[in-house]
Amino acid sequence: MKKKLTTVPFTGTKEQEEALKAVIAEHKGEKGALMPVMQKAQAIYGYLPIEVQRMIADGMDVSVEEVYGIASFYAQFLLNKKGEVAIAVCLGTACYVKGSGDILNEISKEIGIKPGETSADGKFSLEATRCIGACGLAPVLTVNDEVYGRLTVKDVPDILAKY
Amino acid sequence: MIRSHVLICAGTGCTSSGSAAVKEALITEIKKNGLEDEIEVVATGCFGLCALGPIMIVYPEGTFYSKVTAEDIPEIVSEHFLKGRVVKRLVYQETLKGDEILSLNDTNFYKKQHRVALRNCGLINPENIDEYIAMDGYQALARVLTTMTPEETIDVVLKSGLRGRGGAGFPTGLKWSFARKSVSDKKYVCCNADEGDPGAFMDRSVLEGDPHSVIEAMAIAAYAIGSDEGYIYVRAEYPIAIHRLEVAIKQAREYGLLGKDIFGTGFNFDISLRLGAGAFVCGEETALMTSIEGKRGEPHARPPFPAVKGLFGQPTILNNVETYANIPKIFNEGAEWFASMGTEKSKGTKVFALGGKITNTGLVEVPMGTTLREIIEEIGGGVPNGKKFKAAQTGGPSGGCIPASHIDVGIDYDNLIAIGSMMGSGGLIVMDEDNCMVDIAKFFLEFTVDESCGKCTPCRIGTRRMLELLNKITDGNGTLEDLDKLEALANHIKSTALCGLGQTAPNPVLSTLRYFRDEYVAHVVDKKCPAGVCKNLLTYNIDADKCKGCTACARKCPAGAITGTVKQPHSIDTAKCIKCGACIETCKFNAIYKK
Repeated sequence: MKKKLTTVPFTGTKEQEEALKAVIAEHKGEKGALMPVMQKAQAIYGYLPIEVQRMIADGMDVSVEEVYGIASFYAQFLLNKKGEVAIAVCLGTACYVKGSGDILNEISKEIGIKPGETSADGKFSLEATRCIGACGLAPVLTVNDEVYGRLTVKDVPDILAKY
Repeated sequence: MIRSHVLICAGTGCTSSGSAAVKEALITEIKKNGLEDEIEVVATGCFGLCALGPIMIVYPEGTFYSKVTAEDIPEIVSEHFLKGRVVKRLVYQETLKGDEILSLNDTNFYKKQHRVALRNCGLINPENIDEYIAMDGYQALARVLTTMTPEETIDVVLKSGLRGRGGAGFPTGLKWSFARKSVSDKKYVCCNADEGDPGAFMDRSVLEGDPHSVIEAMAIAAYAIGSDEGYIYVRAEYPIAIHRLEVAIKQAREYGLLGKDIFGTGFNFDISLRLGAGAFVCGEETALMTSIEGKRGEPHARPPFPAVKGLFGQPTILNNVETYANIPKIFNEGAEWFASMGTEKSKGTKVFALGGKITNTGLVEVPMGTTLREIIEEIGGGVPNGKKFKAAQTGGPSGGCIPASHIDVGIDYDNLIAIGSMMGSGGLIVMDEDNCMVDIAKFFLEFTVDESCGKCTPCRIGTRRMLELLNKITDGNGTLEDLDKLEALANHIKSTALCGLGQTAPNPVLSTLRYFRDEYVAHVVDKKCPAGVCKNLLTYNIDADKCKGCTACARKCPAGAITGTVKQPHSIDTAKCIKCGACIETCKFNAIYKK
C-alpha cells in the first residue's frame, strides 16, 4: 500500500471530462457511490491522477483527501498510467511455489524496470499481482489481457519478443 | 433434432488456456458441415480439472476431451461428429480403456468427489436461467416463501449444521437467527465474493458456473432475516464472474425472482453488485461492509457484530459464496440429508482448490473428514516428477503448513485448528522437497505486510518486524534467539491485533516453526537452506566428474565467475558468483549443483 503521487503529466480531454461528469450525475446521492464512481473514472482515463481526483471530489461534494485516501488504499486504483504493454506476473501461492518469483525477476532483468514501475518511454509496465485464480495453469502471467500459463523462465524471451 | 451436446468449459482456467477460441472454431466447423441442427455447443462453468484445459465433454456418451486446441476441431468434427469415431489422442487418458470410454465419474479425480456446492458447475449454461430452473433451481425459494415461516427457514439451516465456508466456520443458521432477532426497519443480506486468499478459486468457479444458486440463497436468507436489499461484493479481478452475475441478476429480475412481490407473496428483494478494488483486508466482514459504503476498507472492532449493526449501521448478514451455494440444495434435499455427510461438528462437503506441486490441479469437492492423503494421492494424482510430498498449505495467509506426518488427519474445521492450520476458504497448496518452509513463511508474511490496512499497531508494525527477522534468517544472519523472538512476537500479534487478518497473520510462521523447526535451525546454525531456495545461503558448484569442459557455462556466466581450460573440469569462484542460475540452465551434463 505504498503509493507515490502521479508523476506523468495530465493529458485528459474534454470528452473524458464530459463522460466523467455524466457518471457523477448518474451516481450522485446513491449510498456508497464514491468507489463505483472512481472505478468508472479509472475506466475513462485509464488511471486516477490528482486532476481527476479533484474533479470527483468537487462533483461528489467530498474532500480531495477522502478521494485520495480511497485511491491510495486499494491496489486497483492507479495513480500512474500502465505501459502500452502491461505485464503482470501472478505471485499467488500456487504460482509462487511453482517458481513465478524467478519469472518476475527474469522479466524485470530483461526490460530493465522493477515491479510497480512503468518504463520511461511508457512502453512497458511490470506488476507483481495477486492471485488471478488461474492456479491450474501455474505459474501464470498476463500481458494486457492475454494469459500465459505453465511457464518457465525460459519462456520469458519468447513472450517479450511478441511485443 | 439435437443428437449431441458439446459442453465446453468457459471458466477462468480454461478461458486462460484458450477455450473461447476452441468454441469459436467449433461453431464455425459445425456450420461448415451443416450440423448446426444436430450438435449444440454449450459454454459451461468449471469442470474442476483445470490442469487439462481447455476441456470439452460430448454428451450423451460423455467423451472427455482434454487440452483441446482450435486446430484439433476440424478433426473432432469430421471424425467424431460426422463418422462417429472418437478422436482417441485427445481423450483424457484415464477415461480410455481399450476401445471403451469410461465415465468421468470412474476416474480417480472424480470418483471420491461429492458435488453439492459445485453441483451445476460444468453441467449447465450459467448465462441461461432456464437451465438452472431445469436443475430444480428456485424451487427452494418458492417453497420457503409459500410454505415456511422465517423461523422455520432458519431452523432448517440450523439443523443442517452448515458452517461458514469462508474460513472461520461460524454456524450459518446461528448468524441468521441473530440478525432475525435484531429489530430494525432495514436489514441487509451481503455476499462475500472477495476471494482474496491466494490459491483459492472455488468462489469464482461457483459464480462463473452457477451464479443463480447464490442469488436464490440470498433471497432465502433475506426472507429469513426480514431484509429486502442485498449486495454482492465481488473482486474486480474476476471479470467473467462479474459478467455472469450481471446476466443472472438481470434474468432473475425478468422472471420476477428478484424485485417486488416475488411469487406473489408480497416479499420484495433485490441485489446490487459492488466491485472490490484489490484489498485483501476487505475479505474481513467489517472491512468489506465499510468498503461497500464506498470508504477505505478498514475493519473495526466487534462487538457490535454485523448482525446488530452492520452495513450502513443496520443489521446485516454476510455469508461467503460457497456457503450460499449449499443453501438451495439443503432446502431441496432436507437438513438431515446434509447433516448425514461429514464429521460430527463439520457437516456437508468442502470445495478445495488444489494447486502447487500436484498432478491434477483444479477444484475438488469432498465430504468433510476426507483425509489429506485421499485428496492428494488419490484425487490429486500425487506429487509429480517423482518428488516427495513435504507439506500442504491450507487457509492461505491465515493458515499453516500441514506436514507429511499429519497426512492421515481427516480434514474438518476443528482438526485443522488442532494441527495449527485452518480451513480458510479452501486453498490447498501442495509443496514438495524443493520448497523451503522458511521461504514460504516469508512469502505469506510479505503478503500480509503489504495488505495490512495500517489501522492497528500490532499488525502494521508487528508483521513488519517479523518479516525483518525472517529476512535476517534467510540472509544467513539469524541467531537461535531470533527464533524465540519470532515466536513471542507472533503470539503477541495473535492476541492483540484488531481484525481477523492481523490475528491470523502469524499462523504461517508459527506452524512452520512447529513442524519444520529443524529447517529454521539449518538456516541459522549451519547457514544452509536444505531445500536449496534461499539464495544467500547457496553456493554453486561444479561436479568435476560430470563436467566435460565444454565451456558453455563459462561463456554464459554474466559475472565471469567460471574458469577452466577446454575439455577440463571447470570451477566456480563463489566470491564472484551472483547466484543467477544461468550456468545450471546452460549445462547439458547436469554437472552444476547448488547446496
